[in-house]
Amino acid sequence: MSIEVRHITKTFGDFTALKEVSLEIPTGELIALLGPSGSGKTTLLRVIAGLEVADPGSGAILFDGEDATSRSSRDRQVGFVFQHYALFRHMTIFENVAFGLRVRPRKVRPSESEIRERVSALLKLVQLDWLAARYPSQLSGGQRQRVALARALAVEPKVLLLDEPFGSLDAKVRKELRRWLRRLHDELHVTSVFVTHDQEEALEVADRVVVMNEGRVEQVGTPDQVYHHPANPFVYNFLGNVNLFNGRVEGGKVHIGDMAMELPEQMRPDAETAVVYVRPHLLEIDHQPTNTNHFRARVEHINPAGPLVKVELISEWGDPVQVEISQERYRDLRLKKDAEVFVTPKEKKIFVEKYSI
Amino acid sequence: MTYDLQWNILWTGENGRWLLEGIWTTIRLSALSWIFACGLGVLSGALRTAPFRPLRALATCYVEFFRNVPLLVWLFFWYFGAPQVLPRAGQDWLNLHGPEFWSAVVALSVYHGARMSEVIRAGIQSVPKTLFEASVATGLSVGQAYRLILIPIALRLIIPPATNESLNLLKNSSLALTIGVAELTFMTRQVETYTARAFEALTAGTLIYLVLCLTIASVMAQVERALRIPGLIARGVRSES
Repeated sequence: MSIEVRHITKTFGDFTALKEVSLEIPTGELIALLGPSGSGKTTLLRVIAGLEVADPGSGAILFDGEDATSRSSRDRQVGFVFQHYALFRHMTIFENVAFGLRVRPRKVRPSESEIRERVSALLKLVQLDWLAARYPSQLSGGQRQRVALARALAVEPKVLLLDEPFGSLDAKVRKELRRWLRRLHDELHVTSVFVTHDQEEALEVADRVVVMNEGRVEQVGTPDQVYHHPANPFVYNFLGNVNLFNGRVEGGKVHIGDMAMELPEQMRPDAETAVVYVRPHLLEIDHQPTNTNHFRARVEHINPAGPLVKVELISEWGDPVQVEISQERYRDLRLKKDAEVFVTPKEKKIFVEKYSI
Repeated sequence: MTYDLQWNILWTGENGRWLLEGIWTTIRLSALSWIFACGLGVLSGALRTAPFRPLRALATCYVEFFRNVPLLVWLFFWYFGAPQVLPRAGQDWLNLHGPEFWSAVVALSVYHGARMSEVIRAGIQSVPKTLFEASVATGLSVGQAYRLILIPIALRLIIPPATNESLNLLKNSSLALTIGVAELTFMTRQVETYTARAFEALTAGTLIYLVLCLTIASVMAQVERALRIPGLIARGVRSES
């Protein structure tokens, strides 16, 4: 089922959680709503689920082109997975999954044997059939979340909505479960929307990522598009660590220290200042000056633990700069604290306005 | 002067029968009132959390009205006041079936129902809100969500405070003697009056209340144990890993 969100606004008292948000989700896609706390991503998910009602007269939610704005969440046929699982703690795992089928009116309720069959199949799908007789509090967090997913899928939802589904799990389980969710989606193809504040999770799992900030959609695109072609500094900033360099604009070029960089053509030619954004792994360190654009810096701190060596520099104009280099390069350079180095940006993004988190 | 204890007065003559009758009346009075109080408590306690303002307001009015008037005043009201505005047929029925007893049942039920309501409300409100949302998203109606999810979980949580409230109800039933219900306290007073043996009679009354209350407490503890959800901590149960 496809979902269309049209000009939805939602306020809580004085606080505007969503400002005229519009979004289209085609059938069968796996979408991530990504943003910092308070960006409105969870509110948007809850409005789609019908757990939250958008401001009166503010727009519409369409399911398969049909207006579903006034439908109760019970009638929307969505499966919802909560961050803190929200399992029915007084029921066994089996009954939790079966429950949505059992409470149906007699006419549309499957027979007992059909229910057993379907629940067993779902528990196998989430690899928990051996725990069917246990109670939720006897399971680990990762297992509980898989039960929650099976419960949401049991009622054969047209849409699966997940609110920070891996948010309360530890890092390792989280990584396992998100790959598993991706595979599950490839198998079932049910339209799915999940909320996350973890950019890595969004980029790894989703078909398309919706980056949100302050109640607005900043950019919608494939993980590749939003990562490599960010629409604005917020998106670039949010999708990974980044260094900011403030520059003057003169003669179609941005000047920072001794460096001069071409201003992209689509930029405002009348701008006086521009901000250059460079990711830490796109800065190169050398002991000697290079022919190309570079600036001088002093090594402040080195952290060699991890796949990349993180080097903290103080630039010639006194700002801290984060650089990541490979272990190999680190050994070649024999980098020491307080060493004078030359830094070259390999790739950068230039924006006229500035954004900082 | 030494007081000569004569415990045998408790079972000589009519005294033993009186005490037994008193116990029976106390049990009947408390049990009936308890059932009504629980019914009123669950209903109004659930309504106080309902996602619909007029229902909440109605339940709040009930609770605040009935718990903020002394029980003694309620006993007098339901015994002396209320029957006078009943239609003729109602008054006749009451007079045939013992007006003291039924007035006491009503007074205890509405008063303890209001107090029980607060216990139930607290229980329901301590169930995470997402459980309600999960119920609705799973396809339950609001009524089903309350009946099948919220109340069953809340009732388990409130067994200890509800036990407390039940014991209070049993003990408060002694106030019914003021409107002439021949319950346990009434009967111990009667034994005392007839034998002039205050110490023995009142000691007997004290111990009987103690036994009744301990019995209730242990029954409730067993209910708590039987209904406990595996994997969660419950009183007196070692959790298996």
